[in-house]
Amino acid sequence: MTTVLLAIGILVLLALVFGGILGYANVRFHVEGDPIVDQIDALLPQTQCGQCGHPGCRPYAEAISNGEAINHCPPGGQATIQALADLLDVEAIPLDGDHGTESAKRVAVIREDECIGCTKCIQACPVDAILGAAKQMHTVISDECTGCDLCVEPCPVDCIDMVEVGVNTKTWSWDKPQGVASTSLNIIATDRQTEAAH
Amino acid sequence: MQTFDIFSFHGGIHPPENKAQSLQLPLGRPSLPNELILPLGQHIGQSSRPMVKAGDRVLKGQALAMNNGFLSSFLHAPTSGTISAIEERLIAHPSGLSDLCVILQPDGLEEWQALEPLVDWQTQNRTDVLAYLSEMGIVGMGGAGFPTQVKLQGANKSPLTHFIINAAECEPYITADDMLIREKTLELILGIEVLQHLVNASQVVIGIEDNKPTAIKLLNDLLAERNSTIKVAVVPTKYPSGGEKQLIQLLTGKEVPSGQHPADIGILCQNVGTCVAVHDAIYLGKPLISRFTTLTGDALNAPQNVEVLLGTPVSHLLEYAESQDNKLHRLVMGGPMMGFTLDSTQVPVVKTSNCILAATKEELPPPAPEQACIRCGMCEQACPVSLLPQQLLWFSKSQEHEKAEHHNLFDCIECGACSYVCPSSIPLVQYYRHSKSTIREARESAVKADLAKQRFEARKARQEAEAAEKEAKRLARQKPAPAKDANKVAPKAAASAAPATNDEAKKLKVDLAIAKTKLKKLEKQLLSAQENEHVEEINSLQLQVTDQANQVKDLEAQMAKFAEAAPVAKPTPAKQDSAGDELKKAKVDLALVGVKLKKAQKQLDETPDDADLKQKVADLEAQQKAAQAKLDQATSAAPAQTTPKAAANTNSDELKKAKVDLALAGVKLKKAQKQLAEAPDDADLKQKVADLEAQQKAAQAKLDQAQTIDTAPTKPANDGTTANNDELKKLKIDAAIAKAAVKKVEKALKKAEELQAPELDTLRQQFKDAQQRATELENALANPNAQQATATPKSAENNVGTADEDKKRKVDLAIAKAGIKKAEKNIALLKEQGKSEEEIQASEWPQKLIEAQQKLALLETATAAEDTSSKETSTATQAQPAAPTKADDDKKRKIDLAIAKAGIKKAEKNLVLLKEQGKSEEEIQASEWPQKLLEAQQKLAQLESNEAPQPANAEPSNAERANDEAPQASLAEQIKQQKIAVALAKAQANKLAKKLGVEPDNAEQVQLEIAQLKDKQAQAEHLLEQLMKQQESQ
Repeated sequence: MTTVLLAIGILVLLALVFGGILGYANVRFHVEGDPIVDQIDALLPQTQCGQCGHPGCRPYAEAISNGEAINHCPPGGQATIQALADLLDVEAIPLDGDHGTESAKRVAVIREDECIGCTKCIQACPVDAILGAAKQMHTVISDECTGCDLCVEPCPVDCIDMVEVGVNTKTWSWDKPQGVASTSLNIIATDRQTEAAH
Repeated sequence: MQTFDIFSFHGGIHPPENKAQSLQLPLGRPSLPNELILPLGQHIGQSSRPMVKAGDRVLKGQALAMNNGFLSSFLHAPTSGTISAIEERLIAHPSGLSDLCVILQPDGLEEWQALEPLVDWQTQNRTDVLAYLSEMGIVGMGGAGFPTQVKLQGANKSPLTHFIINAAECEPYITADDMLIREKTLELILGIEVLQHLVNASQVVIGIEDNKPTAIKLLNDLLAERNSTIKVAVVPTKYPSGGEKQLIQLLTGKEVPSGQHPADIGILCQNVGTCVAVHDAIYLGKPLISRFTTLTGDALNAPQNVEVLLGTPVSHLLEYAESQDNKLHRLVMGGPMMGFTLDSTQVPVVKTSNCILAATKEELPPPAPEQACIRCGMCEQACPVSLLPQQLLWFSKSQEHEKAEHHNLFDCIECGACSYVCPSSIPLVQYYRHSKSTIREARESAVKADLAKQRFEARKARQEAEAAEKEAKRLARQKPAPAKDANKVAPKAAASAAPATNDEAKKLKVDLAIAKTKLKKLEKQLLSAQENEHVEEINSLQLQVTDQANQVKDLEAQMAKFAEAAPVAKPTPAKQDSAGDELKKAKVDLALVGVKLKKAQKQLDETPDDADLKQKVADLEAQQKAAQAKLDQATSAAPAQTTPKAAANTNSDELKKAKVDLALAGVKLKKAQKQLAEAPDDADLKQKVADLEAQQKAAQAKLDQAQTIDTAPTKPANDGTTANNDELKKLKIDAAIAKAAVKKVEKALKKAEELQAPELDTLRQQFKDAQQRATELENALANPNAQQATATPKSAENNVGTADEDKKRKVDLAIAKAGIKKAEKNIALLKEQGKSEEEIQASEWPQKLIEAQQKLALLETATAAEDTSSKETSTATQAQPAAPTKADDDKKRKIDLAIAKAGIKKAEKNLVLLKEQGKSEEEIQASEWPQKLLEAQQKLAQLESNEAPQPANAEPSNAERANDEAPQASLAEQIKQQKIAVALAKAQANKLAKKLGVEPDNAEQVQLEIAQLKDKQAQAEHLLEQLMKQQESQ
């Protein structure tokens, strides 16, 4: 009987001690804000395009943390979906076509001689990448442009084009090799001969 | 020649060297091509910025493009000619992409621009020499094209132990450096000396592979001839010993840590080509316009090394080396291990092109198909950087780039040794390159995403700030609009932006202060004129004072407007003409009365026995008091009438009435006292006096209360402190005057006693009055809160002020209660000590107890009255929802009620007990209990009477809008209750009066009680009146 009581006592003591430690840790290492939202936000492409139906990437990140589907981000594409799936430990699903299709990276370009200087695109740009003033020609700072498309619609004279960003020698990257199964693996001479005979 | 310790590095391979082919022929110098294609990005870093335009004629060695940032370089014309275009051309890049190039059409004149060699490089500033090298367009010619001046600058971070000249040239086929050393040995040594001068390393070593015996011999001979300290370190032939980090390891045994540069461990590495280019630049003034390149491969009939002008198209060189097009299978720029295949022969030679390999199919067969990794581990054996190539392959294949990074993917030098040894023909390097570029892309996009996020958030913040500002402006515009109509003097800026408002407000404050000072001065003058009885002056001064006062008022009004306009919630003192006028009139009256009083007092001093004079003085004092009261009222009323106008009006009316009552009571009292003095035995008269005193006290209480009400909802504003100070001063002066009066009266009293004058009592009364006033004033002085309350002219949020007042009152109440308790205790103590009732009565404690009780009662009355009136205010204005405080008050009142009831019960019990103990009625009467009972009953009545109007008054604030009849009903009820309270008070007063008749010994106490009762009665009457008014108004 004493052993049982002793065991119970020790267990209770341990529970109290570890509970205390956990409680202290909870207070001491308390994390402000929702870390998962930050993590999701870091994975999103930050184009702030609103194609997901949220006013910016962070609101979508919050929505995802609240259970919204992860496939509503066309600019991020499948890569982002995969990354989100890995992060959230859910299944990667194909991009939802309702929100747009994945396209190559583009930037807005204003046909400057057609611009009337209405400033509407400036107001629409979520990252302040358009430069200009009322009745002055506008131009896009292409380095800052996220290619979100939001400036195209408000333009009254349709002088904004979304131009695909080409690859130059600086941005070019090596292709991934074809891999093992890319070519016929009949490397044994007799195999090749039988194939030739056919 | 000393030998040099040679170390070793891990891995490495020994591919067939194939160097002999290109060394058969001497150095060739191809003819000028038809055009030179000069890419702007021939080096690592930012592309150069063109300084010429199409159509320009340029001389040989003329700068065509300048550096574009820190990590960039110059570009020069390799020959004289005309710029035909600056356009996109295919360049020598593994991607086969085009880039911007300057196209130069040579004119064949080879016309040099004036050469300016840097002859005094040894005396020149190091920085200047580096800048000169940069302007000469010198970049590392080993393969990466790192701008040399940047590398040299970086090497200056820490003292260098080794300066290594890379002449290893480990890659098969390439012999350009070998040929360069053979051809330009002296230039090389001179170049090394220049660089050594710049970097000042402790050891200079030329690292060269043992497969170049001719070059080694030439170098050794020349160095021995020159007695140079430069050493030649011959390293065994092994690929990739020519790699910078591998050569460092070979020569020093040190490994460059991952992610660091050789300069970080005190080592600098330069290619031989670079050293020769440095020599040409320094000694000859020639920029980097040509280089040694190996043309080799089985597809060439005349493989050889050539000194080729930069920008020469590969096709021109192939032609020069007699390329056999039918044999040419694969054209590689660079060596077979690290080079890349060229898709076009039109690409130009650039600063980093050390070899053009025109290989036949047999020479460089197409790569065998990739097969599965058999985990043989040969790649690991071959890796010169001691990486795990196989592991990296898995990570690269499965796109686990993070893991690949953890396995130091970025330390891979892409030498191709692993691919070379792989039995499964896996293009390992291509996998690594792909992974590297993917990771780099991800990093760049992360940076860009971060930037976009930052910009988005900045924009959001800006928009929010703008919206807030707009809203503030809108509010600011809304508020001053009506004020503008009211006062035409209002400056237009009132409606404009906030900063302007602030400035205006400051100016206004200053103006206001000036105007106030002027006003004070004028008033002083007026006063003195009045004292001196200069009638004409008085009139003119009065006019001036009025004007000045008006000005002050205007300014105050403006201030108020600004306070409203400003987004900050400032007090809003609105002006009321009548208040200002009253104020002035009251002041003038006061001054006049003061003058008269002084005169009379003087006369009195001269003839102390003159009863008439005394009467006059008393009257005048009363008048002065009244005037003072009026003035106080006016001053307090003026600000009080600011925001809640309706409330303020009623308040000021009450105040006036209270003052008038007070003055009347004072006069009557005096008269009665006189009569009493003439006939001291007349009980009726005594009664009357007591009544009158009570009346006076009641009036005083009322007045105090009214003043508190008026001033309670005020708060110190911008110039509140000044006003406070003024008030404080005034109070002090008053206190001093009162004290003086007390003394005077005391003197008079003594005199009268000596003379046994009949007006002894009057004097005593006067003495008492004076004392009372003095203590009052002292109290006022001592209590800064009270002062603030009475002094602050600017009204602010009612709630805060009321809360402050409440607090104060509560504190006072608590003190009073404590006093009572103490007194009671002491009495009890005395009783315990067996003292007789009479002794106790004789002691000071009963008196003290009574006083404390009175004070308590007074305070409670004030609290109650304050509450009621504050309720009225809120009812009238419907502006200040003081619901919580109301609720609190209600609670408090209920508690008080309960306590009072308990007190009654206790008193009754005690009485019963006394009766049971067989004490006689008289004894009982003499004991404190009947008195306590009475008091408790009074308190209860008072509380009940207060409580009754309370909810009724509180409710209308909500109910009034919706329902008019309900408040009327409740009002009627209240009125009834008040009437009852009045009746009760009257009855009790009568009772006490009778008691007074029975017990003349206790007269004073009873009289005080009566006074208290009268006070309560007056209070009740006052409430009743208010209620009636309310009813009427409804």
